[in-house]
Amino acid sequence: MASLMQSLKNSIPSWLTGRRLVIGLPYAWFLILAFLPVLIVLKISLSEMQTTAVSGMVSWQGTWPSIKLDVSSYLFLASDELYLATYLSSISYAFYTTLICLGLGYPFAYFMARAPKRWQALLVMLIMLPFWTSFLLRIYAWKTLLVNNGLINNALLALGWIDSPIEMLNTPFSLMIGMVYSYLPFMILPLYANLSKLDGRYLEAAADLGCHPFKTFWLITVPLSKAGIVAGCMLVFIPAVGEYVIPELLGGPNTLMIGRVLWDEFFSNNDWPMASAVTIVMLLLIMLPLAIYNKLQSKGHA
Amino acid sequence: MNSTALKWFGRSWMLLVYAFLFLPIFTLVAYSFNDSQLVTVWSHASLRWYKALMQDSDLIAAVMLSLKIAFLSALVSVFFGLFSAFALHRYRRFTGRGVLSSLASTPLVMPDVIVGLSLLLMLVSVQQALGYPERGLFTILLGHALLGTAYATVVVRSRLTEMDSKLEEAAMDLGCRPWQVFSLVTLPLLMPALLSAFLLTFTLSFDDVVLSSFLSGPGYSTMPMVIFSRARLGLNPSINALATVTIVVVTLVVIASTLYSLRQDRQRKRDIAQAQQE
Repeated sequence: MASLMQSLKNSIPSWLTGRRLVIGLPYAWFLILAFLPVLIVLKISLSEMQTTAVSGMVSWQGTWPSIKLDVSSYLFLASDELYLATYLSSISYAFYTTLICLGLGYPFAYFMARAPKRWQALLVMLIMLPFWTSFLLRIYAWKTLLVNNGLINNALLALGWIDSPIEMLNTPFSLMIGMVYSYLPFMILPLYANLSKLDGRYLEAAADLGCHPFKTFWLITVPLSKAGIVAGCMLVFIPAVGEYVIPELLGGPNTLMIGRVLWDEFFSNNDWPMASAVTIVMLLLIMLPLAIYNKLQSKGHA
Repeated sequence: MNSTALKWFGRSWMLLVYAFLFLPIFTLVAYSFNDSQLVTVWSHASLRWYKALMQDSDLIAAVMLSLKIAFLSALVSVFFGLFSAFALHRYRRFTGRGVLSSLASTPLVMPDVIVGLSLLLMLVSVQQALGYPERGLFTILLGHALLGTAYATVVVRSRLTEMDSKLEEAAMDLGCRPWQVFSLVTLPLLMPALLSAFLLTFTLSFDDVVLSSFLSGPGYSTMPMVIFSRARLGLNPSINALATVTIVVVTLVVIASTLYSLRQDRQRKRDIAQAQQE
Protein backbone atom coordinates (compact mmCIF):
# COMPACT_ATOMS: atom_id res chain seq x y z
CA MET A 1 0.00 0.00 0.00
CA ALA A 2 2.73 2.40 0.99
CA SER A 3 4.72 1.57 -2.10
CA LEU A 4 1.62 2.08 -4.22
CA MET A 5 1.10 5.53 -2.72
CA GLN A 6 4.77 6.26 -3.31
CA SER A 7 4.64 5.24 -6.94
CA LEU A 8 1.44 7.22 -7.39
CA LYS A 9 3.20 10.21 -5.93
CA ASN A 10 6.17 9.74 -8.20
CA SER A 11 3.97 9.59 -11.27
CA ILE A 12 2.70 13.13 -10.56
CA PRO A 13 4.96 15.59 -12.37
CA SER A 14 6.97 17.75 -10.01
CA TRP A 15 5.54 21.06 -11.26
CA LEU A 16 2.04 19.95 -10.31
CA THR A 17 1.87 21.13 -6.71
CA GLY A 18 -1.32 21.23 -4.68
CA ARG A 19 -1.43 25.00 -4.98
CA ARG A 20 -1.10 24.90 -8.75
CA LEU A 21 -3.82 22.29 -8.99
CA VAL A 22 -6.24 24.20 -6.75
CA ILE A 23 -5.73 27.39 -8.73
CA GLY A 24 -5.33 25.83 -12.15
CA LEU A 25 -8.45 23.70 -12.19
CA PRO A 26 -11.08 26.44 -11.74
CA TYR A 27 -8.95 28.77 -13.86
CA ALA A 28 -9.00 26.41 -16.81
CA TRP A 29 -12.72 25.77 -16.29
CA PHE A 30 -13.68 29.43 -16.45
CA LEU A 31 -11.20 30.33 -19.18
CA ILE A 32 -12.54 27.62 -21.45
CA LEU A 33 -16.24 28.05 -20.70
CA ALA A 34 -16.53 31.78 -20.02
CA PHE A 35 -13.69 33.56 -21.76
CA LEU A 36 -12.88 31.53 -24.87
CA PRO A 37 -16.54 31.58 -26.07
CA VAL A 38 -16.53 35.40 -26.10
CA LEU A 39 -13.44 35.37 -28.33
CA ILE A 40 -15.19 32.96 -30.67
CA VAL A 41 -18.27 35.20 -30.80
CA LEU A 42 -15.99 38.10 -31.64
CA LYS A 43 -14.40 36.04 -34.39
CA ILE A 44 -17.73 34.96 -35.87
CA SER A 45 -19.11 38.49 -35.72
CA LEU A 46 -16.26 39.42 -38.05
CA SER A 47 -16.89 36.65 -40.53
CA GLU A 48 -19.35 36.60 -43.37
CA MET A 49 -22.35 34.34 -43.56
CA GLN A 50 -22.42 31.83 -46.34
CA THR A 51 -25.43 29.80 -47.34
CA THR A 52 -24.54 26.76 -45.26
CA ALA A 53 -21.92 27.74 -42.75
CA VAL A 54 -19.92 30.57 -41.35
CA SER A 55 -16.83 31.07 -43.45
CA GLY A 56 -13.59 30.72 -41.63
CA MET A 57 -11.89 33.97 -40.84
CA VAL A 58 -8.52 32.32 -40.77
CA SER A 59 -7.55 30.28 -43.79
CA TRP A 60 -4.26 28.43 -43.88
CA GLN A 61 -2.13 29.16 -46.87
CA GLY A 62 1.04 27.15 -46.54
CA THR A 63 2.28 27.70 -43.03
CA TRP A 64 0.93 31.22 -42.50
CA PRO A 65 -2.67 31.96 -41.64
CA SER A 66 -4.30 34.65 -43.68
CA ILE A 67 -6.86 36.69 -41.81
CA LYS A 68 -9.71 38.53 -43.37
CA LEU A 69 -12.07 40.67 -41.41
CA ASP A 70 -15.60 41.23 -42.50
CA VAL A 71 -17.29 44.10 -40.73
CA SER A 72 -20.48 43.91 -42.77
CA SER A 73 -22.53 42.75 -39.75
CA TYR A 74 -21.47 45.80 -37.78
CA LEU A 75 -22.09 48.12 -40.70
CA PHE A 76 -25.58 46.69 -41.05
CA LEU A 77 -26.11 47.06 -37.30
CA ALA A 78 -25.10 50.71 -37.46
CA SER A 79 -27.14 51.52 -40.55
CA ASP A 80 -30.42 49.93 -39.48
CA GLU A 81 -32.36 52.22 -37.17
CA LEU A 82 -34.34 49.36 -35.69
CA TYR A 83 -31.25 47.99 -33.96
CA LEU A 84 -30.39 51.35 -32.46
CA ALA A 85 -33.99 51.80 -31.29
CA THR A 86 -33.93 48.32 -29.75
CA TYR A 87 -30.69 48.93 -27.86
CA LEU A 88 -32.05 52.23 -26.54
CA SER A 89 -35.36 50.72 -25.50
CA SER A 90 -33.61 47.76 -23.78
CA ILE A 91 -31.50 50.18 -21.82
CA SER A 92 -34.46 52.31 -20.85
CA TYR A 93 -36.53 49.28 -19.75
CA ALA A 94 -33.57 48.06 -17.70
CA PHE A 95 -33.08 51.55 -16.27
CA TYR A 96 -36.72 51.91 -15.19
CA THR A 97 -36.69 48.38 -13.77
CA THR A 98 -33.64 49.28 -11.69
CA LEU A 99 -35.21 52.54 -10.55
CA ILE A 100 -38.52 50.95 -9.49
CA CYS A 101 -36.72 48.06 -7.78
CA LEU A 102 -34.63 50.56 -5.85
CA GLY A 103 -37.70 52.60 -4.89
CA LEU A 104 -39.57 49.52 -3.66
CA GLY A 105 -36.56 47.66 -2.31
CA TYR A 106 -34.74 50.35 -0.37
CA PRO A 107 -37.52 51.07 2.15
CA PHE A 108 -38.15 47.34 2.35
CA ALA A 109 -34.51 46.50 3.12
CA TYR A 110 -34.37 49.43 5.54
CA PHE A 111 -37.36 48.23 7.56
CA MET A 112 -36.16 44.63 7.33
CA ALA A 113 -32.78 45.61 8.82
CA ARG A 114 -34.56 47.43 11.65
CA ALA A 115 -36.98 44.59 12.41
CA PRO A 116 -36.40 42.61 15.64
CA LYS A 117 -33.29 40.42 15.23
CA ARG A 118 -35.15 37.15 15.82
CA TRP A 119 -37.47 37.86 12.88
CA GLN A 120 -34.79 38.79 10.38
CA ALA A 121 -33.76 35.26 9.38
CA LEU A 122 -37.39 34.44 8.61
CA LEU A 123 -37.88 37.69 6.66
CA VAL A 124 -34.82 36.92 4.52
CA MET A 125 -36.03 33.38 3.92
CA LEU A 126 -39.39 34.72 2.76
CA ILE A 127 -37.59 36.87 0.17
CA MET A 128 -35.60 33.87 -1.04
CA LEU A 129 -38.57 31.49 -1.07
CA PRO A 130 -40.16 32.67 -4.37
CA PHE A 131 -36.68 32.42 -5.88
CA TRP A 132 -36.74 28.65 -5.30
CA THR A 133 -39.92 28.32 -7.33
CA SER A 134 -39.34 28.23 -11.06
CA PHE A 135 -38.90 31.72 -12.45
CA LEU A 136 -40.59 30.63 -15.67
CA LEU A 137 -43.68 29.43 -13.80
CA ARG A 138 -43.93 32.66 -11.83
CA ILE A 139 -43.77 34.71 -15.03
CA TYR A 140 -46.37 32.41 -16.50
CA ALA A 141 -48.56 33.05 -13.44
CA TRP A 142 -48.46 36.78 -14.18
CA LYS A 143 -49.94 35.96 -17.57
CA THR A 144 -52.94 34.38 -15.82
CA LEU A 145 -53.24 37.39 -13.53
CA LEU A 146 -52.96 40.12 -16.14
CA VAL A 147 -55.00 38.67 -19.00
CA ASN A 148 -58.27 40.45 -19.90
CA ASN A 149 -60.52 38.00 -18.03
CA GLY A 150 -57.85 37.40 -15.39
CA LEU A 151 -57.93 37.79 -11.64
CA ILE A 152 -56.87 41.44 -11.51
CA ASN A 153 -59.33 42.67 -14.12
CA ASN A 154 -62.13 40.61 -12.55
CA ALA A 155 -61.36 42.01 -9.12
CA LEU A 156 -61.34 45.59 -10.44
CA LEU A 157 -64.62 44.97 -12.29
CA ALA A 158 -66.23 43.44 -9.20
CA LEU A 159 -65.18 46.43 -7.14
CA GLY A 160 -66.75 48.67 -9.73
CA TRP A 161 -63.56 50.64 -10.23
CA ILE A 162 -63.56 49.96 -13.95
CA ASP A 163 -66.35 49.29 -16.45
CA SER A 164 -64.49 47.20 -18.95
CA PRO A 165 -61.30 45.15 -18.61
CA ILE A 166 -58.05 47.06 -18.99
CA GLU A 167 -55.70 45.75 -21.64
CA MET A 168 -52.69 44.90 -19.47
CA LEU A 169 -51.09 41.78 -20.93
CA ASN A 170 -48.58 42.20 -23.76
CA THR A 171 -48.04 45.88 -23.04
CA PRO A 172 -45.04 47.74 -21.65
CA PHE A 173 -46.94 47.73 -18.33
CA SER A 174 -47.01 43.92 -18.05
CA LEU A 175 -43.37 43.79 -19.13
CA MET A 176 -42.39 46.17 -16.33
CA ILE A 177 -44.44 44.19 -13.79
CA GLY A 178 -42.61 41.01 -14.79
CA MET A 179 -39.18 42.64 -14.77
CA VAL A 180 -39.64 44.36 -11.40
CA TYR A 181 -41.14 41.20 -9.96
CA SER A 182 -38.22 39.01 -11.09
CA TYR A 183 -35.40 41.33 -10.15
CA LEU A 184 -36.69 42.82 -6.89
CA PRO A 185 -35.05 40.15 -4.65
CA PHE A 186 -31.69 40.88 -6.32
CA MET A 187 -32.08 44.48 -5.20
CA ILE A 188 -33.35 43.75 -1.69
CA LEU A 189 -30.72 41.20 -0.63
CA PRO A 190 -27.53 43.26 -1.16
CA LEU A 191 -29.27 46.33 0.29
CA TYR A 192 -30.31 44.37 3.36
CA ALA A 193 -26.81 42.87 3.74
CA ASN A 194 -25.43 46.39 3.72
CA LEU A 195 -28.06 48.09 5.90
CA SER A 196 -28.03 45.40 8.56
CA LYS A 197 -24.36 46.12 9.18
CA LEU A 198 -24.98 49.85 9.60
CA ASP A 199 -23.52 51.07 12.89
CA GLY A 200 -26.46 52.32 14.96
CA ARG A 201 -24.18 54.68 16.89
CA TYR A 202 -24.01 57.08 13.93
CA LEU A 203 -27.80 57.38 14.00
CA GLU A 204 -27.83 57.87 17.77
CA ALA A 205 -25.14 60.52 17.51
CA ALA A 206 -27.16 62.35 14.86
CA ALA A 207 -30.30 62.15 17.01
CA ASP A 208 -28.38 63.38 20.07
CA LEU A 209 -27.17 66.34 18.10
CA GLY A 210 -30.77 67.18 17.30
CA CYS A 211 -30.88 65.98 13.71
CA HIS A 212 -34.36 65.31 12.36
CA PRO A 213 -34.90 61.60 11.52
CA PHE A 214 -35.51 62.41 7.83
CA LYS A 215 -32.34 64.43 7.65
CA THR A 216 -30.44 61.63 9.43
CA PHE A 217 -31.76 59.21 6.84
CA TRP A 218 -30.62 61.31 3.88
CA LEU A 219 -27.34 62.49 5.38
CA ILE A 220 -26.18 59.32 7.12
CA THR A 221 -28.06 56.14 6.24
CA VAL A 222 -28.22 56.63 2.48
CA PRO A 223 -24.57 57.66 1.97
CA LEU A 224 -23.35 54.81 4.20
CA SER A 225 -25.34 52.27 2.17
CA LYS A 226 -23.91 53.46 -1.14
CA ALA A 227 -22.06 50.18 -1.74
CA GLY A 228 -25.28 48.22 -1.28
CA ILE A 229 -27.19 50.53 -3.61
CA VAL A 230 -24.58 50.22 -6.35
CA ALA A 231 -24.35 46.42 -5.96
CA GLY A 232 -28.13 46.03 -6.10
CA CYS A 233 -28.46 48.32 -9.12
CA MET A 234 -25.79 46.44 -11.06
CA LEU A 235 -27.30 43.06 -10.16
CA VAL A 236 -30.61 44.26 -11.61
CA PHE A 237 -29.51 46.43 -14.51
CA ILE A 238 -26.96 44.16 -16.24
CA PRO A 239 -29.10 41.03 -16.66
CA ALA A 240 -32.21 43.16 -17.31
CA VAL A 241 -30.64 44.68 -20.44
CA GLY A 242 -30.39 41.26 -22.09
CA GLU A 243 -33.60 39.76 -20.71
CA TYR A 244 -35.35 37.43 -23.13
CA VAL A 245 -37.96 35.30 -21.36
CA ILE A 246 -39.97 38.11 -19.71
CA PRO A 247 -40.44 40.23 -22.86
CA GLU A 248 -41.26 37.09 -24.81
CA LEU A 249 -44.02 36.00 -22.39
CA LEU A 250 -45.32 39.31 -21.05
CA GLY A 251 -44.24 41.95 -23.55
CA GLY A 252 -46.21 42.68 -26.68
CA PRO A 253 -44.97 42.49 -30.24
CA ASN A 254 -43.96 46.14 -29.97
CA THR A 255 -41.82 45.90 -26.85
CA LEU A 256 -38.34 45.99 -28.29
CA MET A 257 -35.70 44.17 -26.29
CA ILE A 258 -32.26 43.29 -27.61
CA GLY A 259 -32.37 39.77 -26.13
CA ARG A 260 -35.30 39.00 -28.39
CA VAL A 261 -33.53 40.39 -31.45
CA LEU A 262 -30.49 38.24 -30.71
CA TRP A 263 -32.70 35.18 -30.29
CA ASP A 264 -34.52 35.81 -33.58
CA GLU A 265 -31.33 36.50 -35.53
CA PHE A 266 -29.99 33.21 -34.30
CA PHE A 267 -32.99 30.89 -34.27
CA SER A 268 -35.25 32.35 -36.98
CA ASN A 269 -32.81 33.96 -39.40
CA ASN A 270 -29.93 31.59 -38.72
CA ASP A 271 -27.64 34.56 -39.16
CA TRP A 272 -24.78 33.71 -36.85
CA PRO A 273 -22.48 36.64 -37.69
CA MET A 274 -25.35 39.08 -37.12
CA ALA A 275 -26.33 37.43 -33.81
CA SER A 276 -22.66 37.59 -32.79
CA ALA A 277 -22.37 41.26 -33.71
CA VAL A 278 -25.54 42.03 -31.70
CA THR A 279 -23.95 40.16 -28.77
CA ILE A 280 -20.64 42.01 -28.99
CA VAL A 281 -22.35 45.41 -29.04
CA MET A 282 -24.51 44.35 -26.06
CA LEU A 283 -21.34 43.29 -24.23
CA LEU A 284 -19.78 46.69 -24.91
CA LEU A 285 -22.89 48.37 -23.51
CA ILE A 286 -22.75 46.47 -20.23
CA MET A 287 -18.96 46.66 -19.98
CA LEU A 288 -18.93 49.70 -17.68
CA PRO A 289 -21.60 48.46 -15.22
CA LEU A 290 -19.87 45.07 -15.31
CA ALA A 291 -16.53 46.61 -14.38
CA ILE A 292 -18.14 48.47 -11.47
CA TYR A 293 -19.81 45.27 -10.32
CA ASN A 294 -16.61 43.22 -10.52
CA LYS A 295 -14.71 45.87 -8.59
CA LEU A 296 -17.34 45.77 -5.83
CA GLN A 297 -17.23 41.98 -5.76
CA SER A 298 -13.49 41.84 -5.24
CA LYS A 299 -13.64 44.64 -2.66
CA GLY A 300 -16.32 42.83 -0.71
CA HIS A 301 -14.06 39.83 -0.24
CA ALA A 302 -10.78 41.61 0.29
CA MET B 1 -44.12 61.37 11.23
CA ASN B 2 -43.73 59.94 14.73
CA SER B 3 -42.14 56.58 15.44
CA THR B 4 -45.38 54.54 15.73
CA ALA B 5 -46.61 55.85 12.41
CA LEU B 6 -43.22 55.02 10.88
CA LYS B 7 -43.40 51.52 12.29
CA TRP B 8 -46.82 50.92 10.77
CA PHE B 9 -45.74 52.44 7.50
CA GLY B 10 -42.79 50.03 7.48
CA ARG B 11 -44.95 47.04 8.27
CA SER B 12 -47.50 47.78 5.58
CA TRP B 13 -44.75 48.46 3.04
CA MET B 14 -43.18 45.07 3.77
CA LEU B 15 -46.54 43.33 3.70
CA LEU B 16 -47.35 44.82 0.28
CA VAL B 17 -43.99 43.76 -1.18
CA TYR B 18 -44.40 40.23 0.19
CA ALA B 19 -47.92 40.11 -1.25
CA PHE B 20 -46.52 41.18 -4.62
CA LEU B 21 -43.84 38.46 -4.45
CA PHE B 22 -46.20 35.68 -3.40
CA LEU B 23 -49.35 36.57 -5.37
CA PRO B 24 -48.34 34.67 -8.55
CA ILE B 25 -47.37 31.59 -6.55
CA PHE B 26 -50.73 31.46 -4.78
CA THR B 27 -52.52 31.94 -8.09
CA LEU B 28 -50.68 29.01 -9.64
CA VAL B 29 -51.62 26.76 -6.75
CA ALA B 30 -55.24 27.92 -6.55
CA TYR B 31 -55.96 27.56 -10.25
CA SER B 32 -54.36 24.12 -10.44
CA PHE B 33 -57.43 22.83 -8.57
CA ASN B 34 -59.83 24.59 -10.94
CA ASP B 35 -61.96 22.31 -13.10
CA SER B 36 -62.55 24.82 -15.88
CA GLN B 37 -60.81 24.45 -19.21
CA LEU B 38 -60.39 28.23 -19.22
CA VAL B 39 -57.47 28.98 -16.94
CA THR B 40 -58.97 32.23 -15.72
CA VAL B 41 -62.55 31.19 -14.97
CA TRP B 42 -63.24 29.42 -11.70
CA SER B 43 -65.80 26.60 -11.96
CA HIS B 44 -65.25 24.13 -9.12
CA ALA B 45 -62.46 22.30 -7.41
CA SER B 46 -61.10 19.14 -9.00
CA LEU B 47 -57.93 17.17 -9.57
CA ARG B 48 -58.56 17.08 -13.30
CA TRP B 49 -55.30 18.77 -14.27
CA TYR B 50 -53.26 16.50 -12.04
CA LYS B 51 -54.69 13.53 -13.94
CA ALA B 52 -53.91 15.27 -17.22
CA LEU B 53 -50.40 15.92 -15.97
CA MET B 54 -49.84 12.25 -15.15
CA GLN B 55 -50.82 11.25 -18.67
CA ASP B 56 -48.66 13.89 -20.28
CA SER B 57 -45.76 11.72 -21.35
CA ASP B 58 -43.89 14.52 -23.15
CA LEU B 59 -43.85 16.62 -20.04
CA ILE B 60 -42.89 13.70 -17.78
CA ALA B 61 -39.97 12.78 -20.03
CA ALA B 62 -38.87 16.42 -19.93
CA VAL B 63 -39.07 16.47 -16.13
CA MET B 64 -36.92 13.33 -15.96
CA LEU B 65 -34.31 14.84 -18.28
CA SER B 66 -34.30 18.06 -16.25
CA LEU B 67 -33.85 16.16 -12.98
CA LYS B 68 -30.94 14.23 -14.44
CA ILE B 69 -29.22 17.34 -15.80
CA ALA B 70 -29.87 19.31 -12.61
CA PHE B 71 -28.38 16.57 -10.43
CA LEU B 72 -25.25 16.19 -12.56
CA SER B 73 -24.74 19.92 -13.04
CA ALA B 74 -25.13 20.55 -9.30
CA LEU B 75 -22.43 17.95 -8.59
CA VAL B 76 -20.03 19.45 -11.15
CA SER B 77 -20.82 23.01 -9.99
CA VAL B 78 -20.14 22.24 -6.35
CA PHE B 79 -16.89 20.48 -7.28
CA PHE B 80 -15.47 23.37 -9.33
CA GLY B 81 -17.06 25.96 -7.04
CA LEU B 82 -15.24 24.44 -4.08
CA PHE B 83 -11.94 24.66 -5.95
CA SER B 84 -12.38 28.22 -7.16
CA ALA B 85 -13.67 29.48 -3.79
CA PHE B 86 -10.78 27.76 -2.03
CA ALA B 87 -8.21 29.14 -4.48
CA LEU B 88 -9.56 32.69 -4.13
CA HIS B 89 -9.81 32.46 -0.36
CA ARG B 90 -6.57 30.70 0.46
CA TYR B 91 -4.13 32.12 -2.05
CA ARG B 92 -4.09 35.88 -1.74
CA ARG B 93 -1.39 36.50 -4.31
CA PHE B 94 -1.05 34.74 -7.61
CA THR B 95 -0.83 35.90 -11.18
CA GLY B 96 -4.27 36.57 -12.53
CA ARG B 97 -6.14 36.32 -9.24
CA GLY B 98 -8.23 39.32 -10.22
CA VAL B 99 -8.98 37.70 -13.57
CA LEU B 100 -10.17 34.50 -11.90
CA SER B 101 -12.30 36.48 -9.48
CA SER B 102 -13.95 38.40 -12.32
CA LEU B 103 -14.38 35.29 -14.46
CA ALA B 104 -16.07 33.55 -11.54
CA SER B 105 -18.48 36.38 -10.79
CA THR B 106 -19.32 37.54 -14.32
CA PRO B 107 -21.71 34.66 -15.19
CA LEU B 108 -23.85 35.75 -12.21
CA VAL B 109 -24.96 38.92 -13.94
CA MET B 110 -24.26 38.21 -17.61
CA PRO B 111 -27.52 38.03 -19.58
CA ASP B 112 -28.40 34.39 -20.31
CA VAL B 113 -28.69 34.96 -24.03
CA ILE B 114 -25.04 36.05 -24.21
CA VAL B 115 -23.78 33.07 -22.20
CA GLY B 116 -25.94 30.67 -24.22
CA LEU B 117 -24.99 32.00 -27.63
CA SER B 118 -21.27 32.26 -26.95
CA LEU B 119 -21.05 28.82 -25.37
CA LEU B 120 -22.95 27.29 -28.27
CA LEU B 121 -20.74 28.92 -30.90
CA MET B 122 -17.66 27.65 -29.10
CA LEU B 123 -19.04 24.12 -28.82
CA VAL B 124 -19.94 24.16 -32.52
CA SER B 125 -16.37 25.21 -33.37
CA VAL B 126 -15.02 22.39 -31.20
CA GLN B 127 -17.38 19.95 -32.82
CA GLN B 128 -16.30 21.01 -36.30
CA ALA B 129 -12.69 20.44 -35.34
CA LEU B 130 -12.98 17.26 -33.27
CA GLY B 131 -16.34 15.75 -34.21
CA TYR B 132 -17.37 15.98 -30.57
CA PRO B 133 -19.48 16.91 -28.58
CA GLU B 134 -22.84 16.24 -30.14
CA ARG B 135 -25.46 18.77 -28.98
CA GLY B 136 -27.61 17.25 -26.25
CA LEU B 137 -27.42 16.37 -22.60
CA PHE B 138 -23.68 16.95 -22.33
CA THR B 139 -23.72 20.42 -23.85
CA ILE B 140 -26.69 21.54 -21.70
CA LEU B 141 -24.86 20.16 -18.71
CA LEU B 142 -21.76 22.25 -19.50
CA GLY B 143 -23.80 25.45 -19.72
CA HIS B 144 -25.63 24.81 -16.46
CA ALA B 145 -22.41 23.80 -14.72
CA LEU B 146 -20.71 27.03 -15.81
CA LEU B 147 -23.52 29.13 -14.32
CA GLY B 148 -23.72 26.86 -11.28
CA THR B 149 -19.98 27.07 -10.59
CA ALA B 150 -20.25 30.85 -10.38
CA TYR B 151 -23.06 30.61 -7.82
CA ALA B 152 -21.39 27.80 -5.87
CA THR B 153 -18.21 29.89 -5.68
CA VAL B 154 -20.11 32.75 -4.02
CA VAL B 155 -21.80 30.46 -1.48
CA VAL B 156 -18.66 28.53 -0.54
CA ARG B 157 -16.48 31.63 -0.52
CA SER B 158 -18.73 33.54 1.86
CA ARG B 159 -18.74 30.53 4.19
CA LEU B 160 -14.92 30.35 4.05
CA THR B 161 -14.72 34.05 4.90
CA GLU B 162 -16.84 33.75 8.01
CA MET B 163 -15.21 30.47 9.08
CA ASP B 164 -12.79 30.42 11.96
CA SER B 165 -9.31 29.85 10.55
CA LYS B 166 -8.02 28.98 14.04
CA LEU B 167 -9.24 25.40 13.67
CA GLU B 168 -7.23 24.93 10.48
CA GLU B 169 -4.21 26.53 12.09
CA ALA B 170 -4.55 24.25 15.11
CA ALA B 171 -4.66 21.18 12.87
CA MET B 172 -1.54 22.40 11.09
CA ASP B 173 0.22 22.99 14.41
CA LEU B 174 -0.68 19.45 15.42
CA GLY B 175 1.19 18.19 12.37
CA CYS B 176 -1.52 17.67 9.76
CA ARG B 177 -0.42 17.78 6.15
CA PRO B 178 -2.21 20.39 4.00
CA TRP B 179 -4.52 17.85 2.37
CA GLN B 180 -5.28 16.35 5.79
CA VAL B 181 -6.22 19.79 7.12
CA PHE B 182 -8.47 20.17 4.11
CA SER B 183 -10.17 16.78 4.29
CA LEU B 184 -10.41 16.48 8.11
CA VAL B 185 -11.13 20.07 9.12
CA THR B 186 -12.07 22.40 6.26
CA LEU B 187 -14.32 20.05 4.31
CA PRO B 188 -16.53 18.97 7.26
CA LEU B 189 -16.91 22.62 8.29
CA LEU B 190 -17.91 23.49 4.73
CA MET B 191 -20.55 20.75 4.52
CA PRO B 192 -23.60 23.01 5.17
CA ALA B 193 -22.35 25.50 2.57
CA LEU B 194 -21.75 22.69 0.06
CA LEU B 195 -25.28 21.43 0.67
CA SER B 196 -26.86 24.82 0.11
CA ALA B 197 -24.67 25.35 -2.97
CA PHE B 198 -25.88 21.99 -4.27
CA LEU B 199 -29.54 22.91 -3.73
CA LEU B 200 -29.08 26.34 -5.28
CA THR B 201 -27.27 25.09 -8.39
CA PHE B 202 -29.75 22.22 -8.74
CA THR B 203 -32.60 24.74 -8.74
CA LEU B 204 -30.83 27.02 -11.20
CA SER B 205 -30.34 24.18 -13.64
CA PHE B 206 -33.88 22.87 -13.15
CA ASP B 207 -35.20 26.36 -13.88
CA ASP B 208 -33.09 27.38 -16.85
CA VAL B 209 -34.72 27.82 -20.23
CA VAL B 210 -32.42 30.12 -22.20
CA LEU B 211 -29.12 28.22 -21.92
CA SER B 212 -30.91 24.91 -22.55
CA SER B 213 -32.61 26.25 -25.68
CA PHE B 214 -29.28 27.31 -27.14
CA LEU B 215 -27.33 24.23 -26.14
CA SER B 216 -29.85 21.44 -26.63
CA GLY B 217 -30.03 19.20 -29.66
CA PRO B 218 -32.92 17.33 -31.27
CA GLY B 219 -34.69 15.02 -28.83
CA TYR B 220 -33.45 16.83 -25.74
CA SER B 221 -36.20 19.04 -24.35
CA THR B 222 -35.91 19.99 -20.71
CA MET B 223 -38.96 20.74 -18.57
CA PRO B 224 -38.62 24.53 -18.77
CA MET B 225 -38.23 24.29 -22.56
CA VAL B 226 -41.54 22.41 -22.81
CA ILE B 227 -43.28 24.81 -20.41
CA PHE B 228 -41.90 27.80 -22.29
CA SER B 229 -43.07 26.59 -25.67
CA ARG B 230 -46.56 25.94 -24.27
CA ALA B 231 -46.70 29.23 -22.38
CA ARG B 232 -45.80 31.09 -25.56
CA LEU B 233 -48.84 29.64 -27.27
CA GLY B 234 -51.21 30.52 -24.46
CA LEU B 235 -52.38 29.37 -21.07
CA ASN B 236 -52.44 25.70 -20.16
CA PRO B 237 -53.96 24.42 -16.89
CA SER B 238 -51.75 21.35 -16.53
CA ILE B 239 -48.79 23.73 -16.20
CA ASN B 240 -50.50 25.00 -13.02
CA ALA B 241 -50.67 21.45 -11.69
CA LEU B 242 -47.00 20.90 -12.49
CA ALA B 243 -46.14 24.19 -10.80
CA THR B 244 -47.99 23.17 -7.66
CA VAL B 245 -46.17 19.85 -7.51
CA THR B 246 -42.76 21.54 -7.85
CA ILE B 247 -43.69 24.23 -5.29
CA VAL B 248 -44.66 21.58 -2.73
CA VAL B 249 -41.47 19.58 -3.31
CA VAL B 250 -39.24 22.66 -3.23
CA THR B 251 -40.87 24.01 -0.06
CA LEU B 252 -40.37 20.68 1.70
CA VAL B 253 -36.72 20.49 0.64
CA VAL B 254 -36.05 24.10 1.67
CA ILE B 255 -37.67 23.57 5.08
CA ALA B 256 -35.79 20.30 5.61
CA SER B 257 -32.44 21.80 4.68
CA THR B 258 -33.06 24.86 6.88
CA LEU B 259 -33.88 22.60 9.82
CA TYR B 260 -30.81 20.49 9.07
CA SER B 261 -28.44 23.46 9.02
CA LEU B 262 -30.05 24.90 12.19
CA ARG B 263 -29.48 21.57 13.91
CA GLN B 264 -25.88 21.41 12.69
CA ASP B 265 -25.38 24.92 14.03
CA ARG B 266 -26.80 24.06 17.44
CA GLN B 267 -24.75 20.84 17.56
CA ARG B 268 -21.59 22.78 16.81
CA LYS B 269 -22.34 25.34 19.51
CA ARG B 270 -22.98 22.51 22.01
CA ASP B 271 -19.70 20.85 21.02
CA ILE B 272 -17.83 24.10 21.47
CA ALA B 273 -19.45 24.71 24.88
CA GLN B 274 -18.60 21.18 25.95
CA ALA B 275 -15.02 21.48 24.76
CA GLN B 276 -14.65 24.69 26.70
CA GLN B 277 -15.92 23.04 29.89
CA GLU B 278 -13.46 20.17 29.65
